[in-house]
Amino acid sequence: MGNKFRSIETKHYAERDAFFDDLKKLDRRAFLRVAGISAGIAAGMGLRTPHSFQLVNVAEAQGTKPRFSFAYISDTHLYEKKLNDRFVRAILKAVDDVNGLDPQPDFVLFGGDLAQLGKPGELKLGAEILKSVKAPIRMMTGEHDWFLDMGELWTDLFGPPNYSFDHKGVHFVVLNSILEKDFWTERGLSPEERMQIVAGLDNGIQSRFEVGAPQREWLRQDLAKVNKATPIIVFSHSPLYKYYRPWNFWTDDADEVQALFKPFQTVTVIHGHTHQLLSNRIGNMSFHGMLSTAWPWPYAPEGLPQLTVQMNRSDPFSQFDGCGDGRMDVLESGMVDKLYNLWERNPISVRASYLASGGKRDVPPRTKLPSY
Amino acid sequence: MRPPCGVALSLAVLLFAHSGQAQPQDREVVSSPADLPPGVSAVLWKLSVPPHLAPTPERVLLGEKLFNDQRLSVDNTVSCSTCHDPRLGFADAKPVSEGVKGQKVTRNSPTILNALFNASQFWDGRASTLEDQAKLPILNPREMGMPDEAAVVAKVKTIPEYVRDFQKVFNREVNFDDLAVAIAAFERTLYSGNARFDRFITGDAKAFSAAERRGWALFNGKARCNTCHAGNVVSPLFSDQKFHNIGIAAHKTDFPQLAREGLKVVRTGDEKQIDELALETRFSELGRFLVTKQENDVGAFKTPTLRNIAITGPYMHDGSLVTLWDVMDHYNKGGVPNPYLDGGMQRLGLTETEIDDVVAFLFTLTDEQFVKFATQEQARQRGLKSKRPERDTAVAMGKKGNLGDLAPNPDLAVKNPADIGVYGTEAQVKPASTSKP
Repeated sequence: MGNKFRSIETKHYAERDAFFDDLKKLDRRAFLRVAGISAGIAAGMGLRTPHSFQLVNVAEAQGTKPRFSFAYISDTHLYEKKLNDRFVRAILKAVDDVNGLDPQPDFVLFGGDLAQLGKPGELKLGAEILKSVKAPIRMMTGEHDWFLDMGELWTDLFGPPNYSFDHKGVHFVVLNSILEKDFWTERGLSPEERMQIVAGLDNGIQSRFEVGAPQREWLRQDLAKVNKATPIIVFSHSPLYKYYRPWNFWTDDADEVQALFKPFQTVTVIHGHTHQLLSNRIGNMSFHGMLSTAWPWPYAPEGLPQLTVQMNRSDPFSQFDGCGDGRMDVLESGMVDKLYNLWERNPISVRASYLASGGKRDVPPRTKLPSY
Repeated sequence: MRPPCGVALSLAVLLFAHSGQAQPQDREVVSSPADLPPGVSAVLWKLSVPPHLAPTPERVLLGEKLFNDQRLSVDNTVSCSTCHDPRLGFADAKPVSEGVKGQKVTRNSPTILNALFNASQFWDGRASTLEDQAKLPILNPREMGMPDEAAVVAKVKTIPEYVRDFQKVFNREVNFDDLAVAIAAFERTLYSGNARFDRFITGDAKAFSAAERRGWALFNGKARCNTCHAGNVVSPLFSDQKFHNIGIAAHKTDFPQLAREGLKVVRTGDEKQIDELALETRFSELGRFLVTKQENDVGAFKTPTLRNIAITGPYMHDGSLVTLWDVMDHYNKGGVPNPYLDGGMQRLGLTETEIDDVVAFLFTLTDEQFVKFATQEQARQRGLKSKRPERDTAVAMGKKGNLGDLAPNPDLAVKNPADIGVYGTEAQVKPASTSKP
């Protein structure tokens, strides 16, 4: 059948596309006049990413071609199955998603907080489930995995918590950014109490997260071998900047760590922990927060990085709303395009150019509903 | 013709839609019919019927004639009522409808009872009004097969009585828009409430048997039907008017693969006509996605009304579930997993008795005028109880798979949820005086 049977929506799309087609035919001056308006309309509709409304064929910027992709799963917060199988369902869903990616990612980053309370049953359950991921897995630790036995079992299962590797011209660094100053010995806390306090996140007892002097020294030596033009991608559980201290979205020695990366041209930090869409740019460094599979977390009342495209409040009746997994496309430039695969919403892409342009280009669609 | 499905309306959507509509000054504000049956909200009626499209007796008469007239199809074999048969609850009792030359379409014919309250029409919501909806099946090659609007008008013009009727009703000659207005006017009279449920909820405790009462409690509790089919005073049609992927397509196709292909078609911009995809190809299973092109709508179809559900089977957008027991089995195991499965889908853990109770409750939603048919249908469906392909007790009971926590079982001994306001009281809106349709 032909165009005769167009539905209301089809007609709407056709008319809109025609409108934007016409715009392309305008001369430069007229174009500039309407470009601003139409970009606004496009973003306001939130139906397509502004990218697809690009009115001028801007010459492809250098290094925007993808060189490879990796997937991410983070913050699964597993309990033993007999206590709660809800989070188990969520990680299984993430594993299915990642296994369904076509083409397959080069590897999968697990962003930390595999377990809820660091218990052997929880960590082993997670290790078991992650075995069914087809692509190789790179593990990072989170505070929920660590503070029951100070990382003993996690290290047994997955190896050292900080390491580096090179992949297709990119230097990757995995950090253990959730170390804390000893708040337990003096108080005479048991390992379980220590774990509970850290898992509580929002308390005045624990110290702030840090990478720590020994690890910073290891990092300094590791980076010394790397050419300054080589793109660097860093994995850390907590953001490597100071976001909101009361919730410990905070890395206390962030400034010292950032200083180590300063000489490099392109640095990207991928972090878990915050369970939300989060984007930041400090100097040469881009920061991307990842989604949790377990639960979404509201935005902090202050200190939210300006480049963050906020998600709106999740539906409390839906287990999966506000949660998800994702994919990073590592570009030739060494920066990444980030795809948030939100399970109950449309996927959201945050492009490298959005961060690099300080939020001026390729602005991701913003929610029409209030954030939280 | 087949106006697929769905139901009811979100107050907000309608309020918004209607406030944006210029209302002709020269027409009287039409009040709702004085004789709306129990269970049909006067508020809803007012919100759903634009004043200038309110059914006048003349339009309804013409609309009904057109609705039943096979001459609207290309070979004079199919009318609107072929797939929306008044004797079959304005559905057709077939898994998928059949149009001209015995061609099958890809989706099940939904009832048009209460379709006037739908926020959108068709299983994928691609038409927003009854008028828009009425036109498409006439032109659909698999349904009524007319080549184009002009051909319909030309054909109707050769029938003297219609030339007369259109002149009388619309004061002008036959045209396609007026034809749709007339058919829609007739459809706006097809409201249906007055079920045993309505007597029960308005205080007649004896209207329900013990099983039905337990069913209503389960409906709002452990069976979690009310997640999407909440029946309450602002949504008396038992539908949230939204679109959900409940995994029906994943029964029979490699749905992830199909979804990947569909996404590719849309993303590469090399897309065929939406309606073509929706109606003629296996991509039809992608549902709402073909309308919105939003990834989150892959495989999502509209939540249909549960009013008259007993007599409007077979069920689901593809008519693949034969009885209400099959439907309960499907939900009991948490649907069929696929990457776009709605997050609200999880196993229910209903026992066999509980399933019987919920089904018993669903039969109370049939309008009194169809009671005889419903009784037959109940007997027929019960006869098929031993044959239940969707049943998977191990999954439903959590002995297999990882399928989530159960909702609490309502404790009838303590309090019947029906007594604690899950339905509510409607704010009284006086039916203002009365030009009856």
